[in-house]
Amino acid sequence: MPGNPVNKNNLLAPVASIGHCGMFLVRMLGGIRLERELLISTLQQTYLIGARSLVIIMICGFFVGMVLSLQSINALQQFGASDQVSLLVGKSLFRELGPVLTALLFAGRAGTSVAAEIGLMKATSQIEAMQLMAIDPVQRIALPRFLAGLLSLPLLTGLFNAFAILGAVVFSIGVMGLDPGIFWSKLQTGILFGKDFMGGVWKSIVFGGIVSLIAVYFGYYAKPTGEGVGTATTRTVVLSSVLVLIFDFIMTSFLI
Amino acid sequence: MQDPIIRISELVYRRGSKVILDNVSMDIKRGSIVAIMGPSGVGKTTILRLISGQLHPDGGSVEVNGQPISSLPRRELYECRKDIGVLLQDGALFTDLTVFENVATPLREHTRLGEQEISDRVLDKLKSVGLAGSEDLMPSSLSGGMARRVALARAVILNPKIVLFDEPLTGLDPIAMSTVGRLIRMTNDELGLTSVIVTHNVAQMNKLVDYCFILGGAKLIAEGSPEALMQSTEPAVDQFMNGRVEGPMSFNQQAS
Repeated sequence: MPGNPVNKNNLLAPVASIGHCGMFLVRMLGGIRLERELLISTLQQTYLIGARSLVIIMICGFFVGMVLSLQSINALQQFGASDQVSLLVGKSLFRELGPVLTALLFAGRAGTSVAAEIGLMKATSQIEAMQLMAIDPVQRIALPRFLAGLLSLPLLTGLFNAFAILGAVVFSIGVMGLDPGIFWSKLQTGILFGKDFMGGVWKSIVFGGIVSLIAVYFGYYAKPTGEGVGTATTRTVVLSSVLVLIFDFIMTSFLI
Repeated sequence: MQDPIIRISELVYRRGSKVILDNVSMDIKRGSIVAIMGPSGVGKTTILRLISGQLHPDGGSVEVNGQPISSLPRRELYECRKDIGVLLQDGALFTDLTVFENVATPLREHTRLGEQEISDRVLDKLKSVGLAGSEDLMPSSLSGGMARRVALARAVILNPKIVLFDEPLTGLDPIAMSTVGRLIRMTNDELGLTSVIVTHNVAQMNKLVDYCFILGGAKLIAEGSPEALMQSTEPAVDQFMNGRVEGPMSFNQQAS
């Protein structure tokens, strides 16, 4: 089993690491066989990864929506434009905050648990046992989790956005007493399906790929010790957060 | 004489600059139970990994069933591994699957059997290792001896030609040790297997195996039937077989 070949003392290490990770992705996707087994395990993992992140996503979405509308109303009031709040909240949510915050939460909630799970399977020789049974663990263990992450994040982003809008409704209409008709009509006419909504969807798909690739990669190449598993989870959350923000800027500059 | 099922010739294996195995040759006869013994860290598990094709030799060759296992491409290697069952230290059961699913995994992966047939075979195997009725348990609720027996059932479910055991008796209580030992003998003879056991447990092995290889200081220092080795006057063999502190094998030279 070749380990992660990256040597810390080497200036080329980060480049080698990216290459190694890319090879892992190619190996994972190159071996896809469309079978019922893969479908079942992907759905199982989607349930485990996605469903376990539901509560945190809903709570965070709701409060982000509330605080966004609080800040927006506060700022817009100075120009007497507080009825524009749903537009401001909607644009910032669909374009930026929804995909980015959901991806960061997802990295912390699901990415770490995937990395730890795979790392632990390795520490307890389950990965080795699988190879010895002539089962490719990259296909059997890593691939379903990667696909599940890719599938879950856009769905969770949608849920996050929905709850954020709900939070904005509760705060702007319920607490501040804005007119519901104006709130909804501004949202409906101001948010563009292509630029705003789909822009966010593309982002969340890319973020889903980044977070899940990093999680399965670090899990798979974790040192088979308790410490190694710990390092893998930490690295997963740190690196995927950084990459999500970097890719957010890159993608925004093309999508805007 | 019949062709040996595993033929190791002039095997050399290095880790970094350290020579782990130096010019080791072994012929393992079809149908026998063979032990590879030696002090800890002498490269016993390394030999097992060379036989299963997980490691590649730096010199010499390993032939399994007439195939040069170390130079096979991944696909053919996996094909070849279907004839090799492996029981790793502590069993390495899949912790997220029930006992039944653990034993069924190789069947689901490598055969096209129907659900009924799989169920029949798995329950039959579990019965033969004395675990009828425990198919719905999770691995975490098994004792060490039970886990080892489930792992044995899983290792032989595809009716392999060879089974490799890595310290199958270590960490078990004396009764479980004898039970597992007897099971290894029974399965070997009933299914016509060849079993290769890596261990440092001299007392148990003398009762169980047909033939022994003793490694010391990276070299094969002796081979023969257990009785013959017990009588050996070779100082290193005598020291190891009788567990003496004084002798040519220095305690300090043991590798990690």
